[in-house]
Amino acid sequence: MSDSVISEIRRDHILKLLGSGKRTDGRKFTDWREISVSTNCIESADGSARVKLGKTEVIAGVKIIPGTPFPDTPNEGILTTGMEFLPMAHPSFEGGPPGDDAIELARIVDRGIRESGMVDVSQLCIEPGEKVWMCFIDMYALDYDGNLFDTANLAAVMALKTATVPRVQYGLGDSDCPLPVTCFPVSVTTYKIDNTLILDPDFDEEHISSARLTVTTDDNGNFRAMQKGGSGSVTLDELNQCLDMSVAKGKEVRKIIG
Amino acid sequence: MSGHTDMILVDENGIRIDGRTVDQHRPFKIEAGVLNNADGSAYVEIGKNKILAAVYGPRECHPKHMQNPTKAIIQCKYNMQTFSVSDRKKPGPDRRSIEISKITAEALENVVLTELYPRASIDVYIEVLQANAGTRCAGLTAASVALADAGIPMRDIIPACAAGKADNKVLLDLNKEEDNFGQADVPIAIVPSTDEIVLLQMDGNMTRDELDKAISMAMGACHELYDVQKDALKRRYAKRVVEVETDE
Repeated sequence: MSDSVISEIRRDHILKLLGSGKRTDGRKFTDWREISVSTNCIESADGSARVKLGKTEVIAGVKIIPGTPFPDTPNEGILTTGMEFLPMAHPSFEGGPPGDDAIELARIVDRGIRESGMVDVSQLCIEPGEKVWMCFIDMYALDYDGNLFDTANLAAVMALKTATVPRVQYGLGDSDCPLPVTCFPVSVTTYKIDNTLILDPDFDEEHISSARLTVTTDDNGNFRAMQKGGSGSVTLDELNQCLDMSVAKGKEVRKIIG
Repeated sequence: MSGHTDMILVDENGIRIDGRTVDQHRPFKIEAGVLNNADGSAYVEIGKNKILAAVYGPRECHPKHMQNPTKAIIQCKYNMQTFSVSDRKKPGPDRRSIEISKITAEALENVVLTELYPRASIDVYIEVLQANAGTRCAGLTAASVALADAGIPMRDIIPACAAGKADNKVLLDLNKEEDNFGQADVPIAIVPSTDEIVLLQMDGNMTRDELDKAISMAMGACHELYDVQKDALKRRYAKRVVEVETDE
C-alpha cells in the first residue's frame, strides 16, 4: 500500500505481542476497530457515505447518469468503480492518476458489488440497446491507518444502499426511485503476519504483513469475490480460517450497520 | 456569465432566491483538525459548499529541481471530487483546477514565513466534497486554517469571499444560480491585519461603482469570516488556551 518502513523495534514489539495472543491496541485478532458511518452526507451525489474504521476514513459517492449500454449487455445498466488514494490521507501517498494499489482496491470492491448482484442492473435499463443508467461509484481515501480495502468496500456499499436514481433530473420519470439493491456484500480482509492471521490491521500491522486475503460474502454467507495480495503465501489451512472469519465477521458487520 | 435568463435572481424587495439580502453571506462553519495523518487540516462549509483541506510539511521537496535554496515552496492541489457537482466531474486535474491551485498557493505565500524553511515544500491539498459556487474562496479559507493547525508560522490567516452582480444588483457571496446566470463574479482574498489583497479575479461586466461596491462588500465579509477562522482554531486548541490562562 505504501513503501513506509516500520522500525525494527516496532516490528519486534508487534510480533512479540502477537506471539502471546495480543495486539498493540488491545484488540483480539478477529476484532475490527470501531465503525462509524454517515450516509447521504453529500447532497450533490445521488448516494454517499463517509465511513471510518478506527482512524482510517473513506468517502464514497455515487453518480447515476443516462448513457449507452455495452453492445453485449444491451438491457443492463453499467457499474463503474474508482478509487483515489488522496495525498491528504497519508504522507506516503502521492498525487496523480491512481496507482496499481488504488486500481487493485477499486477492482476488488467492484468485484464484490458486481458478483454479489448487489445492484440489480437489469432494472437500470431505460431503452434496450439505446439508453441505460450508468452508476459511477467513486471512492476517496481521506485518512489512512491500515485496511483501506474493507473501509472502502463499506463506504461504497453504504453509498449504494442509500442511492436514488435521479429520473426527474434527466426527464425520465415523474419521481426518483431508490437504486435497486438486493443484498449487502461485506469484504473482510485477513492479513498474515508471520504465521498469525489478523483482521483489520492498523498501519504498522499492515506493513509488516506478508500476505492478505480479501473475501467478500453475501447475506447468505456465500462467497462472491476473493483476492490474495502481498508477496507472501497462505496455506490451505490458513485459507480455510480466512473463509470462516470472513463469514462470521460479515454477519457481525451486517448486524451492526444493517 | 451570459447574463441572459428568465430566472429572477433578485426580487423587487432585494431578496435573493435563497432568501438572503444583497449584502448577506451564506452561513459559515469551520472546524480545525479533522484528519489524523495530516499535519494540519480543516473542514469548511459555506452554504452548500463542503471543503476539506489538509497540509503536510514543511517536508522534503519533491521533485528536487523545484527546491528553492532561499525559502520553502508552497504546492497546492485543488481537486473536485467526481460527485461534488450535479453532472459527474471527470476525475483528475483540468485547466480550471490547475489555475485555482496556482492562485491559491500564491495567495498563501503572502502569509506563510517560507523563508524559515529553505529547500522544503509545504503541501496543501484542497478537496471539494460538494460544490455550490465559491469553492476557490472556501478552499483558500480552509487551507489557511489547515496551515495554522499544522503549526506553520504565518503572518496572518487568509479569509476569502466573492461578490458579484445579478439582475443589475451587486451581491455578496454568490450561490450557484447567481454564479451561473448572473452578470459578474469577483472572488477576493485578503490579509485581514493589513487589508492587502492576495487573490483577486473577476469575470463579467461591471461599472466602476459596482466594482468598488463589490470589493468593499467582499472585504467586509472576509473580516467576518476571519473571526470564524480564528474561532475554529481557538476551539481546536481550547484546552491549551485554558491551561495557559490558568498559569497566568
